[in-house]
Amino acid sequence: MNWKILGASALALALGAAGCATTPPASGTSGSGAAASRTPHVPLARGMDPTTTPDPFPSTYRPLPSRTTAIVGATILDGAGNQIERGTVVMVDGRVSAIGANLAPPAGAVIVDGAGRWVTPGIIDAHSHLGVYPSPSVPALSDGNELTNPNTAQVWAEHSLWPQDPGFNRAREAGVTTMLILPGSGNLIGGRSVTVRNVPSRTMQGMKFPGAPYGLKMACGENPSRVYGTRNTSPATGMGNVAGYRAAWIAAAEYARRWQIYRDRVGRNENPDAPTRNLQLDTLAGVLDGSITVQNHCYRADEMAVMIDIAREFGFRIHSFHHAVESYKLADVLARERICSAIWADWWGFKMESFDGIEENAALLHQAGACVVMHSDDANGIQRLNQASAIAMSAGERAGIPITRAQAIQWITLNPARSIGVERETGSLEVGKRADVVLWDRDPFSVYALAQQVWLDGAVVYDRSQPATRARSDFELGLPGDVRR
Amino acid sequence: MIRSTLLAAAALFAFAAPAVAQTVAITNARLMTGANAGEIANGTVIITNGRITAVGAGLPAPAGARVIDAQGRPVTPGLVSTGSDLSLNEVSAIGDAEDATANATGVTAAFDLQYGINPASTSLPVARLGGVTRAVVTPNRGGGASAHEHETQGVSGEGSSAQNNSGLFAGQAAVIHTAVADDILVRPRVAMVLDLGQAGARRVGGARGSAIVELLGILGDVRDFRQNRAAWERAERRSYGLSAADLGALIPVVEGRQPVIVRIHRASDIRQLLRIAREQNLKVILEDAEEGWMVASEIARAGVPVLVNPITDLPSSFESLGATLENAARLNAAGVTVVILGDRAGHYARQTRWFAGNAVAHGMPYAAALAAITSNPARVFGLGEQFGSLAVGREADVVVWNGDPFEPMSQPLHVFIRGVEQPLVTRQQQLRDRYRVLNRATPPGYH
Repeated sequence: MNWKILGASALALALGAAGCATTPPASGTSGSGAAASRTPHVPLARGMDPTTTPDPFPSTYRPLPSRTTAIVGATILDGAGNQIERGTVVMVDGRVSAIGANLAPPAGAVIVDGAGRWVTPGIIDAHSHLGVYPSPSVPALSDGNELTNPNTAQVWAEHSLWPQDPGFNRAREAGVTTMLILPGSGNLIGGRSVTVRNVPSRTMQGMKFPGAPYGLKMACGENPSRVYGTRNTSPATGMGNVAGYRAAWIAAAEYARRWQIYRDRVGRNENPDAPTRNLQLDTLAGVLDGSITVQNHCYRADEMAVMIDIAREFGFRIHSFHHAVESYKLADVLARERICSAIWADWWGFKMESFDGIEENAALLHQAGACVVMHSDDANGIQRLNQASAIAMSAGERAGIPITRAQAIQWITLNPARSIGVERETGSLEVGKRADVVLWDRDPFSVYALAQQVWLDGAVVYDRSQPATRARSDFELGLPGDVRR
Repeated sequence: MIRSTLLAAAALFAFAAPAVAQTVAITNARLMTGANAGEIANGTVIITNGRITAVGAGLPAPAGARVIDAQGRPVTPGLVSTGSDLSLNEVSAIGDAEDATANATGVTAAFDLQYGINPASTSLPVARLGGVTRAVVTPNRGGGASAHEHETQGVSGEGSSAQNNSGLFAGQAAVIHTAVADDILVRPRVAMVLDLGQAGARRVGGARGSAIVELLGILGDVRDFRQNRAAWERAERRSYGLSAADLGALIPVVEGRQPVIVRIHRASDIRQLLRIAREQNLKVILEDAEEGWMVASEIARAGVPVLVNPITDLPSSFESLGATLENAARLNAAGVTVVILGDRAGHYARQTRWFAGNAVAHGMPYAAALAAITSNPARVFGLGEQFGSLAVGREADVVVWNGDPFEPMSQPLHVFIRGVEQPLVTRQQQLRDRYRVLNRATPPGYH
């Protein structure tokens, strides 16, 4: 009833606004100030003010049912930098309620024997295209790159995400609990990323990580200049790339300024004309005001240095360089600027800008005190981020750079959580955080290690010993080998 | 003083050609022979004049031999990387730097990789550092494919659907070794490579029905050409669909002398192929065969080996819906000879041992997985007497590891190829050392 009344008055306001359209718009000059003060401020129609709809596709994620659970007697890598022997992790109401050595589990808890096993936080992949480049790899579903303009800041990866991608299930069985799903790298500015909880879901919204910030995908280098250069449009070169980024930020700064003027006038009880909402500039303005992270595909060290200067020119922050195969050449600068390097352990040579990729990249970054994130960018690789970390650790050891397991696990837990802005919620096993937990049958840096059980928000989402917990997407049902696979 | 001289000498040695073969005894080793002898504790391998001359428990080192005490660590045969473009590819996305893809009409089956092999490839030292001493190199599918498709080809997300109309046959495989040498070719033309399934269909009109009919027609042409070559040369014979070079290259195939690696995926396609191979008297090797486990007993009965990628578990296309991480284990359990494939790009040959480890994690017995990257590929490609196992008479490809070779945390300590210890130095390590210390007084270009 109340809602209907409100609706009716909103309608009246809207009609009033329509009626006002014939009068000259308040220009904000002092001459019209008196008139404006007599005209009540007319709210914008629904969807026209970006600040009133900051979350138009809200998360409907709900944790699965959980019980109070204690994993007892395991070797724990807590993601916060510690290795705990004979450790216990307690999960209550979906959160970590206690962690430590030789803790007594609470009465009534489900007890999981962790003896001889290892526990880590749920694995986080800061660079995935699951859902937007799903399996099967067919053109009808390959929706990750809106290659229609070098700046497509207006597109959101979540609107391409197919929740039935079987890759989500394989990743969960490998311990991956949170992922940043990014648009592709064919554009200078590819669009918004979305952070998802790795649960089976009918909808994208059902996976969406509540409260996680959006990220903006940007790309340096060969991809955008190849895509657009071959169409004989800009950018065709590295310098065209940079001109394109700067033009975008100039437009974004001007757009943000126009909205600021509008709000200032509304605050003075004037009735100013609002800027027309622009989805592309909304996203870029979100970067400028710090609400959206910057996830920048950038291979070469020299290009990273240019991107850092552009960020300084326009006053925003780059959170991570992705595919940063040459980060080791700029490790000191990246440490100082607090920019994470999201990298593979051993990819190289597949394109010119990856020719200098080395296995010691992570170790050299670690040595310089820079943030290392081990990412996949690959539906198979996401299932082996622990092995990738082991490869990078081993290369470090070979180079005389010792890295502990407690440190290396952060490359696939707390560091990616930080780089995508969810570190207060997940990424380490600390009291109060979401109970995203993996129980491994052995040292997770072993090639033989398998995730035995995976918890998301304290709920079992996979148990290797219980076939019924092996979720299958709609696509997988009834396919050849479905029963035995 | 002497010590530093030795170190300097060692540093020079690292970039020069390795020393000539000497007598070497690797003692106190956990020998993983890769062959029927299985594992030997406290074992010794003796290398003389480039060959393995003794293998056994507690054998004494010959007088004058260089002795390497393995201190109980694993010693394996050199690993074999199968199914890549190692030594033929510097940068995958740069066509001019990649010599494993041919799209010429008139040179399909005849395409012979051996002429593009580059002993100076930057990938070879990287492979050695992964314990890889031999490789079965094969032509790329049209368009040059890699597991790293997304970043390699792009951005279109259509990497695997690149068109190629150059015919069903991709060309001929070769075997190389990875030692520092002017010539690394071991044997050319060890197999013909044929694309069937979707990729084959795409090459000849878009349907399997046209691909198989085309294949049977080609085989008929080759037999006719073989019988009537002189008449054909006098233009007294009908024309053929393929060039004389391609027809000539396929003669060893129809004679059953040269095996055909068939890239194939779907269970029903595998069944069709096994029947055609029987009828046409072809010697076939399956590659990929994601649904091979579904027809494992038929493959075993036909005595057909399978080259398997053990990390493929996604229904990435409608012909690999049954993909599972247990494919290698199930095929092996059914009695099929399994060879573990690596990534298409030779840059990743070093991953061979981790691929084997992943097969073990998903049910393959350890010794079978080791054989699948050592003696099996050697045998399948007709070189089992030459390399692939720690056995007397084999060329001495031997690797001493500091731990389980399948574990990423392990590294090789010594790599011998044909009896010569190899430098374990890569361009990547030079980059590492250049940037190990930043902000030196002089720019990295001087370091």
